[in-house]
Amino acid sequence: MSESPQPVSDETLHAYVDGQLDTARAVEVEAWLAENMEAAERVRAWRAQNRALQALLDPVLDEAVPARLTESLQRPRRVRPWRAAAAVAWMVIGALAGYALHDWRTPPVVVATPFFERAAVAHVVYAAEVLHPVEVSAEQQSHLVQWLSKRLGRELRTPDFAPLGYQLVGGRLLPGDKGPAAQFMYQDARGARLTLYVSTPGPDAQPTAFRYEKEAGTRVLYWVDRDLGFALVGELEQARLLDVAHLAYQAFNF
Amino acid sequence: MDSHPFEEHIPRLRRYARALLRYVTRADDLVQDTLERALTKYALFRRGTDLRAWLFTIMHNFHINQIRTASYRAVTVEYDDAEMTPEQTNDPTALRDLAIALEQLAPEHREVLVLVGVEQLTYGEAASVLGVPIGTVMSRLSRARERLATVLSGEAAPYLRRVK
Repeated sequence: MSESPQPVSDETLHAYVDGQLDTARAVEVEAWLAENMEAAERVRAWRAQNRALQALLDPVLDEAVPARLTESLQRPRRVRPWRAAAAVAWMVIGALAGYALHDWRTPPVVVATPFFERAAVAHVVYAAEVLHPVEVSAEQQSHLVQWLSKRLGRELRTPDFAPLGYQLVGGRLLPGDKGPAAQFMYQDARGARLTLYVSTPGPDAQPTAFRYEKEAGTRVLYWVDRDLGFALVGELEQARLLDVAHLAYQAFNF
Repeated sequence: MDSHPFEEHIPRLRRYARALLRYVTRADDLVQDTLERALTKYALFRRGTDLRAWLFTIMHNFHINQIRTASYRAVTVEYDDAEMTPEQTNDPTALRDLAIALEQLAPEHREVLVLVGVEQLTYGEAASVLGVPIGTVMSRLSRARERLATVLSGEAAPYLRRVK
């Protein structure tokens, strides 16, 4: 048993050198090498290469890390207090606007006022988040959709924006105006983020066409379709936002 | 301020970058590009998988793109001792020869030698970093070792960079 009748392949010998074999197999290879001097010589040479490469490159580990590298990790965090302040400002503006409208509005509800502002605030708050932008990531897409559909009491979907270069990052549950709301986050190859906010705007909501708002660097395209209010938020040109909105509209209607 | 989860991996990212690009500044530029890209993609990182291998994957992709751009090629053909690390210029002859030999290898050979031999990734991890099947890692490794030995023995013509 200890003698291997057939020669050990070169692949196995490389794996032996690199410590990729389990112990039992390594012991077999070792025994075989003891009787095959030519192969043993090659194994020795490969090991020497590994050691030489380590000797060449390991000193880098002991060098002081340049400050610019650690700083590049901190930079996004530094802007966070500013972003948080912006988000708070948004909420105050929203509250004031809501209060001002409250007094003189006529009975037919101005449908979209609260929900698209909430969507904008949610975007400002979470799209800036580096570590925890979503509660449930795109890895668990079906769970995400089921969970949020259940909470909103509507059949939700995650539209595919890949044709426009945006991949789903994930989503989260948020408090909406009249109950829960859902936020789905997307991101392009450069890391630019886009959020789709879905809420139930209430029984007296009227369907609307796409409407566009531009505030504080964030752009919102929103619409009401049947019993759901949609708001698409991102730092995109209006035309491009509209392209994305069409995909979202189609995803919920076909 | 608490440290970022990427921070502990910086020394090894720098070591790998230095194997890919001998010039310290360029190697650190590659590390910085990698970290910045990783920050924007961190939401896509699957918890429970190896963060280091994930960072190496991003670095590999960045490096491959660099190799494909003409501006990068134009710079690498220059050979400027002044910009090399002090360690490398003061190296004993054998290590200096090795550094030069490593630079003469094809990028894919250099990568596999260092990922397996220095970074000690498993063949499976190396395959995922390089985006190739495990069998390709093994055959590349075999050819890379043969090639390195030939270059070190002084019998080989320098590797010519391919224009893809």
